[in-house]
Amino acid sequence: MTTALLVAFVLAVFRISVPYVLAAVGGTLSERAGVVALGLEGMLLTGAFCAAVGAEAGGPAVGALAGAMGGAGVGVILAACVVYGRADGVVVGVAINLIALGGTRVAMQYVWQSASSSPTIPGLSGGWAGAAGLAALAVSGVAAAALTRTAWGLRVRAVGEHPAAATSLGIDVAQLRFGAVALSGALAGLGGAWLALDNHGFVDRMSGGRGYIALAAVIMGRWHPGFAALAAVCFAATEAAQLQLQAVVSGGAREFIQMLPYLLTLVALAGVLGRSRPPAALGRNV
Amino acid sequence: MSAIERAILALLAAMATASLLFLFWGASPVEVYGLLLARTWGDAYGFGQVLFKATPLALTGLAVSLAWRGGLLNVGGEGQLAAGSLAMGLVGAAMTGVPALVALPLALGAGMVAGGVVAAIPAVLKVRAGAHEVISTIMMNFVVVGCIGFIGRQGAYVEATVHTAPIAPSAAIPSLGIAGSAASWAVALAVCAAVALHVVLARSRVGFDVRALGAQAAAAEAGGVAVARTTAGLLLASGAMAGLVGASTVLGYKGYFEDGLGSGSGFMGIAVALLAGGRPLAVLPAALFFATLSHGALAISTLVPREIVDVVMGVVILAVGLSLAPRQGAAR
Repeated sequence: MTTALLVAFVLAVFRISVPYVLAAVGGTLSERAGVVALGLEGMLLTGAFCAAVGAEAGGPAVGALAGAMGGAGVGVILAACVVYGRADGVVVGVAINLIALGGTRVAMQYVWQSASSSPTIPGLSGGWAGAAGLAALAVSGVAAAALTRTAWGLRVRAVGEHPAAATSLGIDVAQLRFGAVALSGALAGLGGAWLALDNHGFVDRMSGGRGYIALAAVIMGRWHPGFAALAAVCFAATEAAQLQLQAVVSGGAREFIQMLPYLLTLVALAGVLGRSRPPAALGRNV
Repeated sequence: MSAIERAILALLAAMATASLLFLFWGASPVEVYGLLLARTWGDAYGFGQVLFKATPLALTGLAVSLAWRGGLLNVGGEGQLAAGSLAMGLVGAAMTGVPALVALPLALGAGMVAGGVVAAIPAVLKVRAGAHEVISTIMMNFVVVGCIGFIGRQGAYVEATVHTAPIAPSAAIPSLGIAGSAASWAVALAVCAAVALHVVLARSRVGFDVRALGAQAAAAEAGGVAVARTTAGLLLASGAMAGLVGASTVLGYKGYFEDGLGSGSGFMGIAVALLAGGRPLAVLPAALFFATLSHGALAISTLVPREIVDVVMGVVILAVGLSLAPRQGAAR
């Protein structure tokens, strides 16, 4: 492989990995706090939509902020239902994703009078891919440090493992979970914003299942932000390889590469890659 | 709160959301609801289409309900119904010259087996490794899509298309003949499945085990229920039920399988099952309700965006989910 091709490949991995890494880190925080991260898909999609609206109004920076806020908004709704409404996280996640899908389609027609895509918005040029990819990895490093080395992180892990014990130590379980889910929404929303800004526009169903891949990365990464980000980068690399090799690789191999993240997750769930244990109180309400 | 109260609450929440969205769009809710009803229950073609669209929803709704009664959530309906539909298309096409009495059961059986096989992997992972079935069934949805594309390209599809060869006439399920609508006798299959499931759940030993498992897994085990076997069997049966969807789409309407046929019904089956409270006989009206929305969405698109219906379905799931939540202080 020539150097130019290698550079192009690495840049492609960075570009593709941004939403995966951010959503996977967000999902890890949410699940470590005990709330199932099935809403990542809806957070990514809403983030992408809000980012497109924001960027159209005030440029890429406003777009990124709007994306993070949109994702956080979805997180707040999800957390309100699960944490305070005590509803089942899986059911709420499924509902939220459906509402985000329909809601962005309705809102698209309201904002842009189109059911398929936004007009071209001021986005980010291809040169930003490297910076954004590194920034996403830095976020995963910060999240890992926060989770393992701060009092907040210890509390988050406590409410995800044993909420009753956390409560007895005076920790407000609901408040911590609410914060963790809102933060996961902001991160996933930022990932969605990258999708819209990189594409210079919003497209219907833009998240395209990336939230589920991010959830797969959370599991592959054994609920650790760093490893989840690593898994996300690996998934991005298979996707980049598939895009670059499209002309060379035959049809069958391409479908196999597409399935790889999901197949690997099933393998990880089977325990083949060593013990992969979810937080003890994941999905359990208090 | 009883199941009926929950359903009514969810419907009210959904209607309120829809009305607000209609008003926001500048359309009169009365006018929109009127048009929706007129084009669905108000004319023969619309009614036929509602029946047609309700059939897959009833089958996936039954699939989700069955698993749910045993405390499991099957989110893999999309993959299971796709695999079942492909199998029905392939077996149906191979039935040339075979009498209907043999061809039809074989095609239906192939769909159930294929749906069951797709559910088998999450079942094994659940029983052997304790993997949560929600995650594994979601992953299977994506794996199945890839596999179907692969199988299709390896010769299952007609050259240069994304559909299988037409099924033999003897494997086809006859149309109901309602004003040129797509409704077929597959509706009867869905009704029979609902009744059969109701009887099994309410009256049989297996049904008792399933309900015990769903109510209190630990107590069920102490009471002699073979938890692993029941759990695995439940997921397989749920997958097989979802695998029957092709009866309506492949055998009853299209006459072949094509890429993406019936997709969406798997996820909507979750909404149907939740609204029905997991009870098989209630699945039928719940499926009719969502089918009315789904077909009515096409009619109202002249007044409001039809995607509002997707939002409404999400609100139904959310409302049922919230109403199922244990009250403050209630024992888990």
